[in-house]
Amino acid sequence: MRAIVTVTGKDTVGIIGGVCTRLSHYNINILDISQTVLQGYFTMTMVVDASQANVEFGELVKLMGDYGTERHLSIRVQREDIFDAMHKL
Amino acid sequence: MLNQKNILETIEMIDKQHLDIRTITMGISLRDCAHPDAKRCCEKIYDKICKKAENLVKTGEDIEREFGIPIVNKRISVTPMSMVAESCETEDYVPFAVAMDSAAKSCGVNFIGGFSALVQKGFTIGDRKLIAAIPEALAQTEFVCSSVNIGSTRAGINMDAVAEMGRIIKATAERTKDRQGLGCAKLVVFCNAVEDNPFMAGAFHGVGEGECVINVGVSGPGVVYHALQGVKGAPFDVVAETVKKTAFQVTRMGQLVAREASSRLGVPFGIVDLSLAPTPAIGDSVARILEEMGLEVCGTHGTTAALALLNDAVKKGGVMASGHVGGLSGAFIPVSEDEGMIAAAREGTLTIDKLEAMTCVCSVGLDMIAVPGDTSADTISAIIADEAAVGMVNSKTTAVRIIPVPGAKVGDMMEMGGLLGSAPVMPVHAASSAAFIARGGRIPAPLQSLKN
Repeated sequence: MRAIVTVTGKDTVGIIGGVCTRLSHYNINILDISQTVLQGYFTMTMVVDASQANVEFGELVKLMGDYGTERHLSIRVQREDIFDAMHKL
Repeated sequence: MLNQKNILETIEMIDKQHLDIRTITMGISLRDCAHPDAKRCCEKIYDKICKKAENLVKTGEDIEREFGIPIVNKRISVTPMSMVAESCETEDYVPFAVAMDSAAKSCGVNFIGGFSALVQKGFTIGDRKLIAAIPEALAQTEFVCSSVNIGSTRAGINMDAVAEMGRIIKATAERTKDRQGLGCAKLVVFCNAVEDNPFMAGAFHGVGEGECVINVGVSGPGVVYHALQGVKGAPFDVVAETVKKTAFQVTRMGQLVAREASSRLGVPFGIVDLSLAPTPAIGDSVARILEEMGLEVCGTHGTTAALALLNDAVKKGGVMASGHVGGLSGAFIPVSEDEGMIAAAREGTLTIDKLEAMTCVCSVGLDMIAVPGDTSADTISAIIADEAAVGMVNSKTTAVRIIPVPGAKVGDMMEMGGLLGSAPVMPVHAASSAAFIARGGRIPAPLQSLKN
């Protein structure tokens, strides 16, 4: 199952590294990354494959959200279907 | 391929523009719960609801978490209780409402609809008993919603029922006067009620429906408002196109959630209701959309035209996005639940008469309107009759959910909290309609041709 990970917050050293390490810890493969920094504000969206994840998807959402809070970032993980529904015919 | 802009746009809609799924409503048939012994019937009702809706709330929460989209309400609608209870040897229908309430509490839902009767052409014994029990049922229960259909385009208007509902609304307000007449916020009087409405307080599981079904109500006034801010001053063609595109996106999301809920619960998908349902939160108002089109205050001249465009464009955009559209489908204008409507009513621009005109072009009717406590039952009945006539002649659903707030005068505020919001007490006409209501009988069904 594919999911979208969105990370936003104030830019600091090691955001991408930290998030990627976490994802690999849960056995999640990153398929695509897009990232921008605008006036010190960091935004990253990732397309990931969560089909081999070693935690339940609902649990993954919570764990990544908690990690975000720890790092003063907003991290959300959502199933890709919702974006497809809204933006693809 | 999705791009970052699309992803961030969706997230902004959810975070800042109040995009959400307003309700997942499970419709459950209770027709097999009829039993001559009222106590046994109540047990069967409780057991069946709890069994069918056992996983409804958990499933809703799981979907919410995995998709990252808020699902505000999880609710249940059941077969009109007058039909289920009719074969019981009892005069008192309040225990059936209590059984519904207990089941709602056990399942964790926040409303259960279907303490209802359909009397557009006449009353059965069960209908009369149910209507008589409404004030006490709404006073004794927390989550039960009640509705009565008193007219239809095919049957005309049952004016005896209209007169009776005026008295019942007054009695309900009186019986719940310790909560400012809150019971009336859970009581809807319909003309042309629909069988698959997922929204409260008017939801019930119609007799033509299957055993169990999942209906979903979407929302998104904030998203439409935001989209219109991007086309300031543009002609109405552009406004309509913008609303259509936004409604399409919102409905696609509703369709996805409906299918997901249906498959996880193993219950057939019924319909997506394409309604723009406001909340009292700032930025989630239908009135503010109308004002964004160029009206200084909602309720002024031009409001009906603006609402007609909005309502039509929402349907056109939504219809293509969903496999099955149903329910009420249109823009709601509940006064107490819409921050912009509240403001417009408080300053006096939005009146009951204007709201009545607005209901000719939108879903659903005079909704969540507080009136002075000394408003007579006859006047309330006459308001219901007017609104039912709008629905009957225009072949559409209309409804009245009105609260004669005990002890309140024009200008007072009735605070209900939560999604029900707060209602400014609005003036009604002082001249009497008593002799009109006292006639009783039926207003015949209207011609469906020679329409001008």
